[in-house]
Amino acid sequence: MITKTEILKILNDVTDPEVPVLSIIDLGIVRDVKIHDDRVEVIITPTYSGCPAMDMIRTNIKSCLLQNGYDNFQVTTILSPAWTTDWMSEKGKEKLKSYGIAPPMPKQHTCSPALFHEEEAIQCPLCQSHNTRMISRFGSTACKALYQCNECHEPFDYFKCH
Amino acid sequence: MSLKNEKKPKNNHDATKAIPPEGYREAFILHLADNALILGHRNSEWTGHGPILEQDIAISNIALDLVGQARNFYQYAAKIMNDTSSPGKENNLVSEDTLAYHRDVWDFKNCLLVEQPNGDWAKTILRQFFFSLYQFYLYEELQFSKDKTIAAISEKALKEITYHVKWSSEWVIRLGDGTTESHARLLQAVEDLWRFTTELFIPADYDFEVVSRGIGVDVSLLKPKWYQKLIEIFEEAAIPLSTIEEKKWIGFYGKTGKHSEHLGYILAEMQFVQRAYPGSEW
Repeated sequence: MITKTEILKILNDVTDPEVPVLSIIDLGIVRDVKIHDDRVEVIITPTYSGCPAMDMIRTNIKSCLLQNGYDNFQVTTILSPAWTTDWMSEKGKEKLKSYGIAPPMPKQHTCSPALFHEEEAIQCPLCQSHNTRMISRFGSTACKALYQCNECHEPFDYFKCH
Repeated sequence: MSLKNEKKPKNNHDATKAIPPEGYREAFILHLADNALILGHRNSEWTGHGPILEQDIAISNIALDLVGQARNFYQYAAKIMNDTSSPGKENNLVSEDTLAYHRDVWDFKNCLLVEQPNGDWAKTILRQFFFSLYQFYLYEELQFSKDKTIAAISEKALKEITYHVKWSSEWVIRLGDGTTESHARLLQAVEDLWRFTTELFIPADYDFEVVSRGIGVDVSLLKPKWYQKLIEIFEEAAIPLSTIEEKKWIGFYGKTGKHSEHLGYILAEMQFVQRAYPGSEW
């Protein structure tokens, strides 16, 4: 009998191609796993509309399931409810930070439509200072913004709240 | 050019012909997809040529967001078109790729604004500002569409567009309230692009159909909010309102497939590989 827990454990090995310390479970990309008799359905949702990693993640889910002996499965993509950084696990945020990317702030606190508004006190993942500034709202990928620390002067990516 | 003599593809919805109501939904979705794809493509022309590295990256990311939105809409349109039962349908299936790469100028339903050339940075960010602001108010309504897929795509796109609005508004202010040169260039951009904004708020025939079914949005109702926000930003950017007083309207074309000369060149470049080697994949 295939169980959802079993599948989720396996899926935890599928990582984000861009940030290999994060699993798709940490990211909140896996929304549900359904078992239909002996067929497994993995339900995922994309982070950003144009995220180029999603195709690779889909392929990786398939090969991961195959490697673990499951060959009767489907990967379903849903768009609603829309993915939000609120779905990222605390564990995921910690992993991001140790990887050198500032994790997203809680949406309610800082996502403001005001112009020239910078997210409050994004902490430098390298020296931990809160004295940082935004260089650009768009960083190395669609989901990240580019920041620089005024203390240690190192640039770093910030995972934007979404 | 061999494609010119082919039968017009099934998805060519000539607005003057009577077509079944389903056709209007597909036309509406293609209009949304085409807007996103063409603007995404235009923005991607800056990749590697941006004024500074961080802005090269920014505009490329915006292009990526737009192409992602276009893909979502094309995939949905293809699904609907392939579901419509008619004899011989199995021989004429469409996909997101055939919709993006095999349609010709007269099939595209994007508005004229997004196909305008990039010009300088001022023209590019102003085009983004006009259009993203329009998309913001449009998707804000469209996320409540009775069509669940359109609603889902819109809800998702709205988050990304919010960043596009912030980014482009900030640039309008930076350039407008900047140096003498940046201010002059922005005024020139207003002069060049303002005439294309009227079309955004004129409903096409498919708009009327989708609105009556609770699927779409009456775009003419978006104009006051759009205009209000725009003059707020223009004021901070020191752009006099006299520059945007009602000017002679160029005409209403893009949404029904009548385009400026620019779209032909865009498609020639964008579609070249797929037309030369149809069905090819990486």
